[in-house]
Amino acid sequence: MLNRLRGWIDERFGWSQLTAPLRKKTVPVHYNSYWYYLGGITLFLFVIQVLTGILLLLYYRPSADGAFESVQYIMTQVQFGWLIRSIHSWSANLMIFTAFAHMFSVLFLKAYRKPRELTWVSGMVLLFLVMGFGFSGYLLPWNTLAFFATKVGTDIVDQVPLVGHPIMIFLRGGPEVTGATLTRFFGFHVAVLPGLVTVLITVHLMLIQWFGISVPPGQEPDWKALPKEQREMPFFPNFFLRELMAWYAALGVLGALAALFPWELGSKADPFGSAPAGIRPEWYFLFMFQTLKLIPAKIWFIPGEVLGILSFSVAGLLWLLLPFFDRDPGGRSRRWITGIGVFALSYIVVMTIYAYVAK
Amino acid sequence: MVNAREEAAVSKEKNNPVEGTPAPGRRRFVEVLLGSGLLATAVSFLYPVLRYLVPPASADLGSNTVVAAKVGDLKPNSGKVFRFGNQPGLLVLDSSGQYHAMSAVCTHLSCTVQYRSDQHVVWCACHNGVYDLNGRNVSGPPPRPLALYEVHVQGDDIVVSRQRSA
Amino acid sequence: MQSLVDKPEHRAQGNSQATVAAWLVLGLLCLAGWSWPARAAAQAKPAPAVNTCLDCHSSLDKPLGIDKDRYASDVHAQHGLTCASCHGGDPAKDDQDAMSKAAGFKGKPDRKQIPELCGSCHANAAYIHQFNPSLRTDQLAQYKTSVHGQRLAQGDTKVAVCTDCHSVHGILPASDSRSSVHPLNVAGTCARCHADAAYMKEYKIPTDQFAGYSASVHHAAMVERGDLSAPTCSTCHGNHGAAPPGVGSVENVCSTCHVFQAQLFDQSPHKAAFAAASLPSCVTCHSNHRIAHPSDAYLGTGPQSICSNCHSPGDAGLAAAVAMQQDLGKLELAIAGSDEVLDRAESSGMEVSQAMMDQAQARDALTKARVTVHTFQPARVQADIQPGLQIAAKDLRAGEQALKERDYRRLGLGVSLLAIVLAMTGLRLYIRQIESGDRSPRS
Repeated sequence: MLNRLRGWIDERFGWSQLTAPLRKKTVPVHYNSYWYYLGGITLFLFVIQVLTGILLLLYYRPSADGAFESVQYIMTQVQFGWLIRSIHSWSANLMIFTAFAHMFSVLFLKAYRKPRELTWVSGMVLLFLVMGFGFSGYLLPWNTLAFFATKVGTDIVDQVPLVGHPIMIFLRGGPEVTGATLTRFFGFHVAVLPGLVTVLITVHLMLIQWFGISVPPGQEPDWKALPKEQREMPFFPNFFLRELMAWYAALGVLGALAALFPWELGSKADPFGSAPAGIRPEWYFLFMFQTLKLIPAKIWFIPGEVLGILSFSVAGLLWLLLPFFDRDPGGRSRRWITGIGVFALSYIVVMTIYAYVAK
Repeated sequence: MVNAREEAAVSKEKNNPVEGTPAPGRRRFVEVLLGSGLLATAVSFLYPVLRYLVPPASADLGSNTVVAAKVGDLKPNSGKVFRFGNQPGLLVLDSSGQYHAMSAVCTHLSCTVQYRSDQHVVWCACHNGVYDLNGRNVSGPPPRPLALYEVHVQGDDIVVSRQRSA
Repeated sequence: MQSLVDKPEHRAQGNSQATVAAWLVLGLLCLAGWSWPARAAAQAKPAPAVNTCLDCHSSLDKPLGIDKDRYASDVHAQHGLTCASCHGGDPAKDDQDAMSKAAGFKGKPDRKQIPELCGSCHANAAYIHQFNPSLRTDQLAQYKTSVHGQRLAQGDTKVAVCTDCHSVHGILPASDSRSSVHPLNVAGTCARCHADAAYMKEYKIPTDQFAGYSASVHHAAMVERGDLSAPTCSTCHGNHGAAPPGVGSVENVCSTCHVFQAQLFDQSPHKAAFAAASLPSCVTCHSNHRIAHPSDAYLGTGPQSICSNCHSPGDAGLAAAVAMQQDLGKLELAIAGSDEVLDRAESSGMEVSQAMMDQAQARDALTKARVTVHTFQPARVQADIQPGLQIAAKDLRAGEQALKERDYRRLGLGVSLLAIVLAMTGLRLYIRQIESGDRSPRS
């Protein structure tokens, strides 16, 4: 029955021709192959976000006097609303985590090398967009924590010289965080960012398909020595079935988190109230936030915060262009990139932990 | 890696005389297992989603509006406490057939007020505070009036909403 | 004959003459018009009173000096009165003649004369009617009935007269928060004498009232909750007719606000008992000035028990006190119990807002029961406790139901996890199966 359907489509659209390259797609097999799952898990979690997000859209109201109540309604009145919402919130955090892990694994396994530079660039832009998803989505329940975290976050944008203030006005929809900010963030979160991310994911996946999956340079000699059947696994069905297992595991984790640690709603935002003590952004921004807090108020004549923000922006830009620095086909330059990668990862981990412990 | 290969070889020998194909019984078992697993997970995901799609009985009207009662719930010259957000509200149908709605939280020490049909006033049993049907505090300890709400009758529903700020 | 204006050259001349005349008339009219508003204003309001006294007295030292700014805000000055209105003399003269006997100068009035001096206007209803028709004019009459007034009549000049409370030369209406007789400031004004132990020595009355009042719930209501209708000294003692309420009338004073408690008390056995023992109602248990927030510990037999002050173990009264305290405690415990369960349910992510709201009604029942205590009849208190207990029990059930629902969710989670494990096992075996043909090293 399935074959007949396939045949019908094939006669009209050349389905088997389209899928032929996919059938031939292989995944290299070596002892670092487990890292290859991370990209797929991130994609899977994104799909979960889209699906749960669409479900939430059926009940959510993006206005200052409706948002909180609508989320409360979803959590308490809608059948399994608590599940959909908690999965959405947990999956968001998990996705950002796996996106970071995927990026670091690509860095350490050096998969960004020629000819895969643009895959890296598109991936980095995706990472920034995903963090934008996190920042914009966090405000949507319009609760006290989200309101003030957004205020603090956009205040930091304001510190950037020259362009900071106009950008902040653009983000906030005005000089202050108001219902206009909420509506704007909602537009970013459900229209602008999904559109951009969908395009970039398509590009990213097409590039991967075009170039195939890379083998880490360290493994390459041994790997090449192996016969083809031993060193490669067909993507369909072997690797894909394994990915499916990983996706099921992720779903199980999500369900458990949603049922055992339901996502809090807190209290409705009061724009005229005072910020709760110890207000801080979500964990994936904490390392930057903590750095800014540690920088002295003034370095030379430049305000410390401005220097911090500029440093992170420059670092982000350089990170984006990383493949273009790794020109030397020999061993030397790659080692310093690994060194920087280790430093960056440790910095992020230490600063995040510090931010939690310091409060 | 080595173990897996050995394992595969052993199971091959055990299950099939012909090299490379598992026994039909075992294959069937695996397929049934996989199929039922996939089906079970699909059901356990679809069931909540389908229930979610059905809108609940009480619509989400927002924090500023609520259906306080149905027409006919109240007899003339009687009152009813209803829930408005997280606070109680008082709905009164007076003898002339007009509805009044106001916050039911006494402005003195937050007891819940009630309608006194004998005196045609809103009364707080805790310390004898008295309000008129416009929420104005007329006697007793309450220092401020009760917040008044707007009442509209929509079909069978008596809809109470917060007053729109001028 | 040709008129003057018919000849061309005369016409031109005539025209310019007419123009000049017209301008002159216009100018005169304008001048008249400009003086109109001034005259109109002068008729509507008396011109600011000429008060030359301040010219010298604003730069003198005490006791003859007057603060010019303070005087400007004085309510009498703002209504057009001058120094001479009270002190006599001629405010228009700017030399020593202003203070001559001929001009009617009275100088500084003797303390004994002050009430009559103020009363010369403030007890004159027709006169005060010109300024504020609803202002009372019985202050002097009331003052004469007060302890202050009676002692002053007997020659004691240490007691308060009008100026001691209202100040002088800078009198502000009581509605002005800077005034010494604004509700927030009244207690401090009375305390100037009544809290001064040295000053009050000869009168042999306590001087701890202000200290007690400052620690009371009434003071807290005014100062912390901003409730200006909360009682201060004058609310219970009167202001102009200030006198302590007699033992028999204290209850009447308290019951002007605490109506229920007084009504219930009147139905209780204590009313007759207190009257027989000449004990003041209300004050005996709650004190008069240092009125603290009452607690259930006032009942029963504990260390803070007030009932034990009169009742001894074994008598019916103490038994009633114990019974009432137990009932109140039971309801309080029930409310706390369901609160705890509801909190647990809420922090597990369950929706229990309706039950939490209903808890307020249980708390209302407790409030009501604490008022009913004043009947000192355990049966009445118990009747008020019952609805509260029922509501608390209902909310407890709601909380437990929510916890059950939470457990049901966890069960559902377990089921779906089982399904996932099943699927994963199936996948694993399937993978092994399809790879058992090829020699893939991946496991």
